[in-house]
Amino acid sequence: MVFEYAPAPESRAVVDIRASYGLFVNGEFTEGHGEPFKSVNPADESVLADIARADESDVDRAVRAARTAFDKVWGPMPGRERAKYLYRIARLVQERSRELAVLESIDNGKPIRESRDVDVPLVAAWFFYYAGWADKLGHAGFGPDPKPVGVAGQVIPWNFPLLMLAWKIAPALACGNTVVLKPAETTPLTALLFADICRQAELPPGVVNIVTGAGETGRALVAHEGIDKVAFTGSTEVGRQIARTLAGTGRKLTLELGGKAANIVYEDAALDQAVEGIVNGIFFNQGHVCCAGSRLLVQESVAGEVLERLKARMATLRVGDPLDKNTDIGAINSAAQLARIEELSQAGEREGADRWSPPCELPSQGFWFAPTIFTGVAQSHRIAREEIFGPVLSVLTFRTPDEAVTKANNTPYGLSAGIWTEKGSRILWTAQRLRAGVVWANTFNKFDPASPFGGYKESGFGREGGRHGLEAYLNA
Amino acid sequence: MWLYFLSMHPGKTQVSGFQTGRPARQRPEAGTTAPLRWLSGFVPGAWFGDAWGVSTETLNSAAELRAFLHGLPGVDRVGAEERAARLATRSIKTTAKAAAIDLAISMVDLTTLEGADTPGKVRALCAKAAHPDPADASVPKVAAVCVYPDMVDVAVRSLDGTGIGVASVATAFPSGRAPMEAKLADTRAAVAAGAAEIDMVIDRGAFLAGDYAKVFDEIVAVKDACGDAHLKVILETGELATYDNVRRASWLAMRAGADFIKTSTGKVSPAATLPVTLVMLEAVRDYRAATGRQVGVKPAGGIRTTKDAIKYLVLVNETAGPDWLTPEWFRLGASSVLNDLLMQRRKLATGVYSGPDYFTLD
Amino acid sequence: MPDRLAVRKTYKLFIGGAFPRSESGRSYVVTDAKGRFAANASQASRKDARDAVVAARKAFPGWSGRTAYNRGQILYRVAEMLEGRRDQFVDELRQAGASKNAAGAEVDAAVDRWVWYAGWADKLSAVAGAANPVSGPFFNFSTPEPTGVVAVVAPDSPLLGLVSVVAPAIVSGNTVVVVASEPAPLPSITLAEVLATSDLPGGVVNVLTGRRAEIAPWLATHMDVNAIDLAGVPDDQVRDLEEKAAENLKRVLRPQDTEWTDEPGTTRMTAFLETKTVWHPVGI
Repeated sequence: MVFEYAPAPESRAVVDIRASYGLFVNGEFTEGHGEPFKSVNPADESVLADIARADESDVDRAVRAARTAFDKVWGPMPGRERAKYLYRIARLVQERSRELAVLESIDNGKPIRESRDVDVPLVAAWFFYYAGWADKLGHAGFGPDPKPVGVAGQVIPWNFPLLMLAWKIAPALACGNTVVLKPAETTPLTALLFADICRQAELPPGVVNIVTGAGETGRALVAHEGIDKVAFTGSTEVGRQIARTLAGTGRKLTLELGGKAANIVYEDAALDQAVEGIVNGIFFNQGHVCCAGSRLLVQESVAGEVLERLKARMATLRVGDPLDKNTDIGAINSAAQLARIEELSQAGEREGADRWSPPCELPSQGFWFAPTIFTGVAQSHRIAREEIFGPVLSVLTFRTPDEAVTKANNTPYGLSAGIWTEKGSRILWTAQRLRAGVVWANTFNKFDPASPFGGYKESGFGREGGRHGLEAYLNA
Repeated sequence: MWLYFLSMHPGKTQVSGFQTGRPARQRPEAGTTAPLRWLSGFVPGAWFGDAWGVSTETLNSAAELRAFLHGLPGVDRVGAEERAARLATRSIKTTAKAAAIDLAISMVDLTTLEGADTPGKVRALCAKAAHPDPADASVPKVAAVCVYPDMVDVAVRSLDGTGIGVASVATAFPSGRAPMEAKLADTRAAVAAGAAEIDMVIDRGAFLAGDYAKVFDEIVAVKDACGDAHLKVILETGELATYDNVRRASWLAMRAGADFIKTSTGKVSPAATLPVTLVMLEAVRDYRAATGRQVGVKPAGGIRTTKDAIKYLVLVNETAGPDWLTPEWFRLGASSVLNDLLMQRRKLATGVYSGPDYFTLD
Repeated sequence: MPDRLAVRKTYKLFIGGAFPRSESGRSYVVTDAKGRFAANASQASRKDARDAVVAARKAFPGWSGRTAYNRGQILYRVAEMLEGRRDQFVDELRQAGASKNAAGAEVDAAVDRWVWYAGWADKLSAVAGAANPVSGPFFNFSTPEPTGVVAVVAPDSPLLGLVSVVAPAIVSGNTVVVVASEPAPLPSITLAEVLATSDLPGGVVNVLTGRRAEIAPWLATHMDVNAIDLAGVPDDQVRDLEEKAAENLKRVLRPQDTEWTDEPGTTRMTAFLETKTVWHPVGI
């Protein structure tokens, strides 16, 4: 029998999207001086709201508000008091979790199952975790009395809008810094809802400032002389530009950039779980994940079998309405990103790799891309080297563990990697040799506030999460 | 690699007998049942000898069985549980829920396995099986009624003309700790009384001690005693401790001739769980891919609510696939779940919540 | 006229465990504090820098793959050899203008500094690593790992400063290309001779003498260099080198006001560490 799942849409009634949004500066929503822009629902291309665009003067205003708050309120405040604000925020995130999840899915295109079960719970966890550090910084290994850096300028991407905000704001505030954060142009709404949470928490004005805009706004923020520290998550190209901008300024910088992670499947892997790991590695969040397992390296002796299972599994993936609770793969975040995925996929075909997708109907409106694998991929193909940032997996094979490690490391990136084998010593041998900041063995795409995250090589520098994540926001 | 193992050798038709020292008996040549029959004669040494060109002298069949089972891919516990938990978040609503409820009802093996069972109790259960909701004739009947061997006769008579089969547990259920002769007698008695399906238990002690050949031989012997009755092999997964063992026991049972593999007796906790059933569904899926023979799956015990039942159906749908979504290939061993299914069914039909007083307690 | 004419030492480069002259055939005059000729030092070219990076990269897997205990032993052995060359270092430092006492004190401090860092080899992980209590059935641990090939522009503190920038980079398993102090390069080559005769594998430390302004930009732009320590870079060149280093996102340790005789702390070691976090399920 064919078991059709009826539509199971999550209600939108829980969110109230306003027609327009201002900038959140010094505890208030204010006008921006740039030309407002529109945030679009990527699942149907409908306009969600007009968003204020911050120009240089707006950024300056936000930085000054953050400076004042740092000097007068947040910097001098005892850690235990800062902690309680962060705990409050964590609780408010939990209380408004459904609202945050639905809004995130509407603005970003990610399936509600993920925003509900992954993003938002992790956001709350991040604030809980760093709240506890606020009054224990002297025990963190950065000296007996480490000081906050000052005002942090933070620029975040569109793939995990609220989670990346939490990764940036929670440790910054815990350490006593104030922040000016710029969410991505295509996904500003949950950051603006977070601003409302800050108000509900009665966070002192100016501690968190949110300036919306595009690349110009981001550039104005990271170049602003009143900023003491810049934290950026996004593409390696923009990361490079920021590093150049900050050259010679003495300002602190952490970068979390792109990746092209190898997911290594050895012949003795627990195959069903490995297939799950491959699927979760590349199709989680439509593959819009910097640490996505976008290069499958499978041992030749099991390649046929793994691919057969993978294809069968991919045929069960449900692509469609992000708000449907049964959707596994939602919408591509923007037309621009869709174009990039299509361009690289075409390059893959031209270069001679075999393209395969399960039969799958895509909605006619909005930005969509079917889950796709390329087999017969060589290291020299663009799709084996460049970050696609979409639901596209390149499959390569290897014969020996040495070859696996060599191929895995043969990239300018070094963010993450996966290992699948039932042999413990082989896991440790492989993990030791992989030049990547996060290694998932017999699992993939796991995140936790207690676990440091960040890359080697051109995937950036600095760590977010755990005790290590405090370093970026402290002057030892 | 291991998947192709089975698909490469020709069908052999010997019964093993390697553990008990009995001489290998020749099975009748397969004929129409060829794709099935050779499987019940696991003699790996012979296979290797014929199909792989390896000298049979160097092979010991019990050792080969062991090597085969230990060569199956492992199951990562956390990953399997994660997958099962994720499938459990599927939201089955409206029309899908209505279809799922009816499907679930038609898959129920309505069960009573108590020391206190009486003919009266069994007759009541049979009446329920044929007409689960006396107020609504559109409710499908259940798949089978499951009783102890001495109640088969009562059940068969009660169900006469309903098209509902009688399943009987046998082989010294639930522990299985009885002499082989007793287990076979138990089986034959149930079959003679009219049981269409036999639910046997494996020797978990032998399995955990690594004596796979003993377990294998018992299944072969019980299968033999079943005649035309279908054989469900209960793995009692709650005693097998690991998913690796569940996978091995599943393959062992299938290769010994099981028509169904079943999780539990219902007398051991934990009984059926989603991840255990997931692993078994993967096993029957892989086994069919390798051999062409389809084997059914029956989770039993602990399935109490409609939500539980639907989770199992989702699991089947997205693991083994729609081919298993019929009572022929998937059963739910349960009794209390039936009333909950009926209650949910009525809620969907009427739009208001019902109450337990409106459904029969049998 | 002395009774005996001294046999002068030829100062060459140190690359891959060997002592080549600059491929460019160039040298420059090193003078003592009074401006008298002291020696000719090799004037390394961009190609020497390139060769040094290749040597450092080649040595990286072996050096970083050794046990921390073994690295600690080898570095301690280096300290023993340094001590044995005490007189030679004192002479070179005096030549560069230090008083006899000051020169002796600096050599002592340099040896002690090296011993201090040698002991860190098998303790860094305990201090910079962690087992992380994640919310789920996973064992999760973070370990510090060396960044890779580190370019080091050494300060003009010719021995103590040099030791204070080289030892912290290599103790964790990095390999280095060092641009020696331009005015006082001689102790760097003597240090290289110490390294060559200890058990340090060739290529772990490579020493270039010559013009900082000529060599450093090649190292800053080199795409196979993972990090750069700007300790000895004059303020007006920092920005340019940082911009160049951005091309492959090198980890940059900016020049700081460092008093080399002060207790160093762990900063110079952690600057060239990556944190690797490994997850594994816990289950039966």
